[in-house]
Amino acid sequence: MDLALSPEYEAFRAEIAALLKANADKAPANSDRGLKHPKRLAWQKFLIEHGLTARTIPTEYGGYGASPDILQSRIIAEEFAKSGLPRGLAGQGISMLVPTLLELGTDEQKAQWIAPTLAGETVWCQGYSEPGAGSDLASLKTRAEIDGDDYVINGQKIWTSTAKQADMIFCLVRTEPDAKKHHGISYLIFSMDTPGIEVRPLVDMTGSANFNEVFFTDVRVPRSQIVGEPGKGWQVANATLTHERGMLGDPNAAEARLLAIADLMQTETLNGAPLMDNPVLRDRLIRLQAEVYAMQANGLRVMTARLKKESAGMAGLLIKLQGCQLNHELARLAIDALGEIGVLYGETPYLKDNGSWQWRYMYDLGLIIGGGTAQIQKNIIAERGLGLPREPRLAKQQGG
Amino acid sequence: MEFALSEDQRLLQSSLQGTLENVSPLETVRRFAAGEQDVAKAIDTALAELGLGQLLVPEAHGGLGLGALDAALVQEALGFAVSPAAFLAGAMASEAIGQAGSTAQKYKWLPMLADGSVKIAVALTETVSMREGAGLIEDGGKLTGKALFALETNSASHVLTADITGKLYLVDLAEKSAKLSPLETIDQTRTYAELTLDKTPAEPHADEAKRGEALARTLGLGRILLAADTLGACQNMLEKAVTYAAERQQFGRVIGSFQAVKHMCAEMAAKLEPCRSLVWHAAYIFDTEPEKAALMACLAKSHISEVGTFIARTSTEVHGGMGFTDLVGLHYWFKRIGTNRQWLGSPEQLRAEAASLQGWA
Repeated sequence: MDLALSPEYEAFRAEIAALLKANADKAPANSDRGLKHPKRLAWQKFLIEHGLTARTIPTEYGGYGASPDILQSRIIAEEFAKSGLPRGLAGQGISMLVPTLLELGTDEQKAQWIAPTLAGETVWCQGYSEPGAGSDLASLKTRAEIDGDDYVINGQKIWTSTAKQADMIFCLVRTEPDAKKHHGISYLIFSMDTPGIEVRPLVDMTGSANFNEVFFTDVRVPRSQIVGEPGKGWQVANATLTHERGMLGDPNAAEARLLAIADLMQTETLNGAPLMDNPVLRDRLIRLQAEVYAMQANGLRVMTARLKKESAGMAGLLIKLQGCQLNHELARLAIDALGEIGVLYGETPYLKDNGSWQWRYMYDLGLIIGGGTAQIQKNIIAERGLGLPREPRLAKQQGG
Repeated sequence: MEFALSEDQRLLQSSLQGTLENVSPLETVRRFAAGEQDVAKAIDTALAELGLGQLLVPEAHGGLGLGALDAALVQEALGFAVSPAAFLAGAMASEAIGQAGSTAQKYKWLPMLADGSVKIAVALTETVSMREGAGLIEDGGKLTGKALFALETNSASHVLTADITGKLYLVDLAEKSAKLSPLETIDQTRTYAELTLDKTPAEPHADEAKRGEALARTLGLGRILLAADTLGACQNMLEKAVTYAAERQQFGRVIGSFQAVKHMCAEMAAKLEPCRSLVWHAAYIFDTEPEKAALMACLAKSHISEVGTFIARTSTEVHGGMGFTDLVGLHYWFKRIGTNRQWLGSPEQLRAEAASLQGWA
């Protein structure tokens, strides 16, 4: 056990901190809205050039080209958190498609798509879930039939974030309807401008349309735009699903929220006294603080396992379930501490922190459900982590 | 940067677990619980051969000079086995003497702790929770009053205690005016007693300037070790539940294939695993960042106590009716977790302390 960083890494940290400080004026403001706002794209370019994002992606594909170093990545993440500056883009194209192409894409696909995706010029959305295929994703029904050199796609996707803004989609479709459900799926990439695609916003409980429904009617896509082999789409997608689960439970984000609540409880008052003077609220705060520290220490263990190229085992499997739950509880405490003020929402007087706590409380519930529901996570923990048997399949039962 | 156990630490874990399986099986725990306290002597002897008494004593005083994380691993193994073995009190005494003892006191006591020629119980409850009029008052170098819930009293020759100002003392239990009377708790895997003193000569820890810090360090270590004990006990309860769920058949299938049961097991594992990281981290911080140690000890013990309560209940429920019986013996773990939860600070007390340590209360 040695949590100290070597002098080389401490020097690296100082270098990153200085770099961020010196260039803070280049960062886009919250008001610079839009995924392709010039200030956002310029900031992304600056970050890539200095190895602050897309760090380990080869330079020939528009990345910085450093060799992977988990500690360096962590230091960069921590320095961003300290500086309060916006991090590099992390949409689904960058976090999910790029790693998939790097591993399984053809040379042409890599050359064509990775650089503009990293630069933020090409925005992607993900077409996985369907109305009838949520937790049982492999039962998806959107079909792609071969017609000459094209696939012709018909069906519907749901929970597609940034579908309105996206230039491209990476999409799971059924190409071999007679194969077993995990074997008849292919992974296609195509333009969102292709005729036959309709995007309808899906308004959720936050009041915004964070997701969309996407409808495909006779959408023609060249057969060359497949990633991996036909019928192997499930394996192609699974590499990145693991990535998504890891992403959804960042313990450093939880600590930042905890500190924000501590600030809130020291500055806001109830009946003339700071909220922090209420022993019940204080008790809840400390209770969550212990959980935040537990998840941080757990994250260090997972990182150590990765550094040693070992499996993190249970410590890795639980991150999505526990991390999302913890974030949700943090938002709940902030709202309870604010009481009546905590239910204000939208554009209204007396709003605290722009109403973000209510938004988080609702959106984080979406994250508990999305990317593998809490119940699916528990199945994974029990089956892969504890070795408990799977649920027997109904179809195999004998008699009536 | 490495958050993992060293090779030596893993070796310590496995040799200790192997030894405890031999010398401290559930059968032995049952005999101890039934009043045969002498069975603990064989366990203590076997553990002394592994060098546990020397663990925290500095090398200059005949010990191994290891750290709080090593001690936590030992206590975790003892909790896993719900073993009546003495360890926690001696570890706290090593810390107390090391912190606030004079040079002469260190040369006197530490080698005896290391070689096992003194066995020290600990009676510090009143430094955390004053109840029932308990508390010791010093007058002219002598202590008078009572201290509740002294721990590991069964084989002790001396007791580490404190007066109501928080000053630490060692009391020789051979003194006629020192009395220990048993307190029966739900946890019969260890002994608890009321210590009564009446103008009893007591050896104070010499270093006045370090009084507050010495007590805080001693309590901090005790809390980390109790957290580790609960961690080990929880791990065993989880493993027992998973084993049972994978064997027990109802409705023609093993109950662990029902999601209702499977999810109970998953929840236990998902809550417990981060606690392991938290307890190890708190132990590591205890040795490396003393200024944060007290806070981390409060957080670690309070959090694992909550998780422990959940696991004690849930594992019992996974076992169904058998979990409720004495036959399976699951209740020994249930009760040990329940006692650890209250001793040296309940979760609510510890969180209140954590708040004031951060200037929030």
